[in-house]
Amino acid sequence: MSTTTHQWPLWEVFVRSKNGLAHKHVGSLHAPDSEMALKNARDVYTRRSEGISIWVVPSAAITASSPDEKDPLFAPSDDKVYRHPTFYDIPDEVGHM
Amino acid sequence: MKWDTCDPKTAYVLHLADDALILGQRLSAWCGHGPILEQDIALTNVALDLIGLARQYYGYAAELIGDGCTENDLAFFRDSRAFTNHLLCEQPNGHWGDTLARQFFFDTFHFFQLEALQQSSDERLRHIAAKVIKETSYHAQFSAEWIIRMGDGTEESRSKITQSLRHFAPFALELFIPAQVDAAAHDLGFGPDVSVLESDWKEKIQSILTIATLSPLEWGFPKKGGKSGMHSEHHGYILAEMQSLARAYPDATW
Amino acid sequence: MGETHSLEDRFQAFVEAENKVEPKHWMPDGYRKTLVRQISQHAHSEIVGMLPEANWITRAPSLRAKLILLAKVQDEAGHGLYLYSAAETLGTSRDQMIDDLHSGKAKYSSIFNYPTLTWADMGAIGWLVDGAAIANQVMLCRTSYGPYSRAMVRICKEESFHQRQGFEIMMHLAKGTPEQKAMAQDALNRWWWPSIMMFGPSDDQSPNSAQSMKWRIKRKSNDELRQEFIDKTVPQAEFIGLTIPDPDLRWNKETGHYDFGTINWTEFFDVIAGNGPCNAERLAARQKAHDEGAWVREAAAAYAAKQASRSARRPAQTHAA
Repeated sequence: MSTTTHQWPLWEVFVRSKNGLAHKHVGSLHAPDSEMALKNARDVYTRRSEGISIWVVPSAAITASSPDEKDPLFAPSDDKVYRHPTFYDIPDEVGHM
Repeated sequence: MKWDTCDPKTAYVLHLADDALILGQRLSAWCGHGPILEQDIALTNVALDLIGLARQYYGYAAELIGDGCTENDLAFFRDSRAFTNHLLCEQPNGHWGDTLARQFFFDTFHFFQLEALQQSSDERLRHIAAKVIKETSYHAQFSAEWIIRMGDGTEESRSKITQSLRHFAPFALELFIPAQVDAAAHDLGFGPDVSVLESDWKEKIQSILTIATLSPLEWGFPKKGGKSGMHSEHHGYILAEMQSLARAYPDATW
Repeated sequence: MGETHSLEDRFQAFVEAENKVEPKHWMPDGYRKTLVRQISQHAHSEIVGMLPEANWITRAPSLRAKLILLAKVQDEAGHGLYLYSAAETLGTSRDQMIDDLHSGKAKYSSIFNYPTLTWADMGAIGWLVDGAAIANQVMLCRTSYGPYSRAMVRICKEESFHQRQGFEIMMHLAKGTPEQKAMAQDALNRWWWPSIMMFGPSDDQSPNSAQSMKWRIKRKSNDELRQEFIDKTVPQAEFIGLTIPDPDLRWNKETGHYDFGTINWTEFFDVIAGNGPCNAERLAARQKAHDEGAWVREAAAAYAAKQASRSARRPAQTHAA
């Protein structure tokens, strides 16, 4: 079993270009801490262009919204699809459960 | 070697170029072999910067020589005894700790050297120094960050980086011992007196070592000669690899 | 009664309508697994693909060539990183993907198991290998999974310079000294067939292809992409005066495409199975870098942990605005 990099957490990178209005998500990278994450983000995602603002955020710190319930691919809160109520064939006689 | 490179200014610019090229060449060997992808990219950026800087210096030297001389003539068709890079730059990469220790010593010196070159009597050197000092400060920060992480990381990393720093310390001393090439440059006003840079450099080095929880360095007996063309045995092999293809087809352009 | 359309049906309709699937969407297990495999193998290809070209960085014959090659190989590292990043949105981890590469469980493009023997190989790889990759990559910009398609858009922007650089090298060599021209022709002779093999066998030989097309992961067939590449590349070879090593290559007026010779699929499958010229060396290099880097990664992680506990212990400070 090879040595892992799991102790180098995942960071999400946001970049605002020189004349940009807002930071845009550009991808992620692994770094041991925020200083290295920022330096690496500069190397990887901006190739050291000037005048660019970079934010790095631990991926674990990000809370993302789920698609709207009406979205065709709204994921049931459980991973297991079969636990979602619409997947059982409930005989009409039984009524709503 | 048919080009006249003895003029003190030309010789000095070549010395600056040789440092950048030999060190850049060493670093470029890490590409594809770094400890993790992100760091591979980061170190390659340093290599790119140094080789880019070498091109600026060789380009200037070629202009000073004239007669159709090119940057490639100077990089690929000079022999080992004509190169005046510091011994430090030609030392082998070793492991990550060795490479970063070597960088730490050189990058920190490089920053102070460029600061001084911004006061050069030569306009082109002032211009080049002003252009590259910012990226050089990134290099120095990057190296320092790694010394800190290896010094204050695990017992294994502390032991390894301590050995690396101890190994390169004597080579670092050459940076501050003037030789013919940089002493002449200083006398003529276009380069610094390198001995004057030593105390600031040592102070910076020491401050990082303290943060890294490493003991102060014992400097040892200086290793010198690179600036006079008296290289270590590594140098011949670096040039053999670097120059072989260009020399195999001397009339070709690429 | 409520909706009787299954999530699978809704998913199929969603991708057929050219929508992008995003990380928080429901997706069939098979879709997720296929993408993890495909994206991670694509990433591995970029990383392993650094090695044949990195082989010539220290010997580049001019300073400009050295700089360009170093930048190109670094771009490939960056592309690998974008792709690992996209794969991680599907629930896998960098560690897992790297372990799978080193153990042989995950594959990478067969082409990178060939050796680079001369400087002209740098030209051939840029022109042919990147050229072949571009055909595939442009198609993938329209792939149904959002993070993958966005990574591909970024990659495609950077990739076109790589192919041009490679072609420029070949063109320059072909117009150079007799030795240079011979070097270029020799490189073309060695890299042509492996490059067209890169697209993989005909889709009727590929069990995964049909489902990938259905899910809009894959947008064109292997044969279509291969034909596109050949049609584009033959005139380029003619332009620089080099001969493609296929005696059966000829323009077909009726179809409007080039007919070409039989591909040696035995060679392809041998290489995929691990018996190509450099398979062992490529994986060994990656394993070595990883193993020798372990203490470095551990050091940085240990330092980060120490820093975190130091800040936790520090008394709260008021922050300047």
